[in-house]
Amino acid sequence: MRNKIPQQPAKVRIKNFFEVALGFSKSEAEKEAARCLQCKDVACVKGCPVEIDIPAFIKLIKEGKRKEAQALIKEKNNLPAICGRVCPQEDQCEATCVLNKKKIPINIGALERYAADYELNQLSVVSCQLLDKNNLKTENRQLKTDKVAVVGSGPAGLTCAADLAKMGYQVTLFESLHLPGGVLMYGIPEFRLPKKIVRNEVDYIKSLGVDIKTDTLIGNTYSLQDLFSRGSGIPPEAGKEGFQSIFIGTGAGLPQFLGIPGENLDRVYSANEFLTRVNLMKAYKFPEYATPINIGQKVVVIGGGNVAFDCARVALRLGRQVTLVYRRTENEMPARKEEIQNAKDEGVPFKILTQPIRIIDDGRGFVGGLECIAMELGEPDASGRRRPVPIKDSNFILEVDTVIVAIGQNPNPLLPKATVGLKTKEDGTIWVDENFMTSLPGVFAGGDIISGADTVISAMGAGKKAAVAIDKYIKSVTSKPVTSN
Amino acid sequence: MFKIICKKELAQEITQITVEVPLVAKKAKAGQFVVIIIDERGERIPLTLADWDKDKGTINLIFQQVGFTTEKLGRLNPGDYIEHILGPLGHPTEVKKIGTVICIGGGVGIAEVYPVSRAFKEAGNRVIGIIGSRSKELLILEDKMRETCDELFITTDDGSYSRKGFVTDALKDLFDVVEKSTHTKYPDLVYCIGPVPMMKAVSELTKNYGIKTIVSLNPIMVDATGMCGSCRCTVGGKTVFGCVDGPDFDAHQVDFEELEKRLKLFKNQEDKIKGQS
Repeated sequence: MRNKIPQQPAKVRIKNFFEVALGFSKSEAEKEAARCLQCKDVACVKGCPVEIDIPAFIKLIKEGKRKEAQALIKEKNNLPAICGRVCPQEDQCEATCVLNKKKIPINIGALERYAADYELNQLSVVSCQLLDKNNLKTENRQLKTDKVAVVGSGPAGLTCAADLAKMGYQVTLFESLHLPGGVLMYGIPEFRLPKKIVRNEVDYIKSLGVDIKTDTLIGNTYSLQDLFSRGSGIPPEAGKEGFQSIFIGTGAGLPQFLGIPGENLDRVYSANEFLTRVNLMKAYKFPEYATPINIGQKVVVIGGGNVAFDCARVALRLGRQVTLVYRRTENEMPARKEEIQNAKDEGVPFKILTQPIRIIDDGRGFVGGLECIAMELGEPDASGRRRPVPIKDSNFILEVDTVIVAIGQNPNPLLPKATVGLKTKEDGTIWVDENFMTSLPGVFAGGDIISGADTVISAMGAGKKAAVAIDKYIKSVTSKPVTSN
Repeated sequence: MFKIICKKELAQEITQITVEVPLVAKKAKAGQFVVIIIDERGERIPLTLADWDKDKGTINLIFQQVGFTTEKLGRLNPGDYIEHILGPLGHPTEVKKIGTVICIGGGVGIAEVYPVSRAFKEAGNRVIGIIGSRSKELLILEDKMRETCDELFITTDDGSYSRKGFVTDALKDLFDVVEKSTHTKYPDLVYCIGPVPMMKAVSELTKNYGIKTIVSLNPIMVDATGMCGSCRCTVGGKTVFGCVDGPDFDAHQVDFEELEKRLKLFKNQEDKIKGQS
């Protein structure tokens, strides 16, 4: 039997923001690890975007070597405590696990989390930092003088920065918000990814020598050119030389709206705004924290992705009645099965095959209802999913007073707009070549800014590959004689 | 952490602080703003750059103590720190030599129209300033505006100083003069920043005369980098983000009623914690 990760009971957890999944105990973890067949052809590893040696770390867990298991994972994955929680393992390593043929794949996600959480429980962050620093200094790396700037501290940026630091580069990581972590901080809620975990993983990245500068918006505070320029003294701590190379990992932060009447009424929120207010700014603790949120009693969330489910479950925890509206059916929902199930267990009703067409003004500029039209599934569309088609004269009104629009995010346009010569594609993503290099020499990009909104782990995979490409690039330019500047 | 090095009470409940933020001072241009967070539990609020000194690495922020955060900010003193300052944000005001520009500021908006007036002047324009406040005690930056503008008109709602009335009354006076004279002409541009009803009134007036008018909008923001959409406004029938598409927009295209409604979204919450900071 596959061992499931224990959870807070639904009735209890909808009243708090604590983590839903509780993690394996030692015996649960070792029992699950013992199920691993230790296949020679490592099918699971092929399903992992960052190629963690999964059978090897599972073996270490089985042998009670939790710390060693963690160290092994960290060779490939800089953010295991995060991945163990939010990766869609069911589509990746667990999908390719041999035991999945019998529908009993190893619970790799829960085991990764178990290993990753080791230092949370056992060691203080400080001693860990010392451990890592000493290990890295003596064994693995030679410090270089070359400097790399990483723009955006989400999963792609953190991963790229960490890998470059492990290679010995001097890395500065720029973040426009006041806290590092990107979507891990502002987007994914506390009950799915505790911010303490994110802070801990970020501290690990810092311990590798990465200098994190928050409150710095590249495009405004510095231009990309500023970062390259020699002798500009920017940033002052970077000395007189500019950065040799830049990685852009600015993500998909531009919220999409429906484009229907009434969308600018009060109490209509983008998922980003709702989640940022609650997660990052802690509006759920207002007025202890100064950021407010104004939602009514009946909240409707529009969308069927992970972000929509996050919004619905946050609203539920704020004590509101929540309905999730989706224009296709549950089968087509892009959210993780686990999240859909969690939301069901928590009592979130789904209104499927429903398309909002108008948000009704209550007469004071606030949401007074949501007019929808019923849909049916037609022929498959470009995504391979059956296209929803409106049913004529099936309009009806949902009585709600708050609307959260969670229908997707587009690539963040700020930096491309502010940077001459940085080529973008029609969908707003930054164009890169096969080595993750943009149209500007020495400037690389990865994560949602090149792919559009995707998972944490795919952004990390891109960050890793870009780090390798940046290393190659720097070696190629520094081996040539310098003729200018 | 950003150190406050100077503090001045400009008028009743209107305070100016000078803060060391070298990176922002270096890049700042007229019309741009910053986002500040006072402390760990603070909210993110946008404040327009009132002035900056590239050499000293300082910026000036002028604010009216109207709510929880601005009251708290008003109680900080030289030597105290603001935990986070991000900027400069938004597009700078488009400043070109175009002829005559009327720069209008109302209330604390005078602080914001000052650097814009200066930029238009430095670009070689003839700059006429109109500034207004509720009463004489609330009028700020008269000297600086007088230094900057070729001509300056002042209005107070209660008539306690200069012309009684609103900035639109002074603007109408100017238009009346043009109408009657043969050797003066209408301005090439009107730039306006202040409370929404004032910007709306100015916009309606200049629209009648077909005079291009730019307003600097002040919607509610969170990240102020284009990520949350809290600041969305309708301009020319399209939704725009105040933070990254603005803050300057063509006044005649702005849906001011919507902006006013959206500015009241958190009024209940704000009232709840007002005076508790």
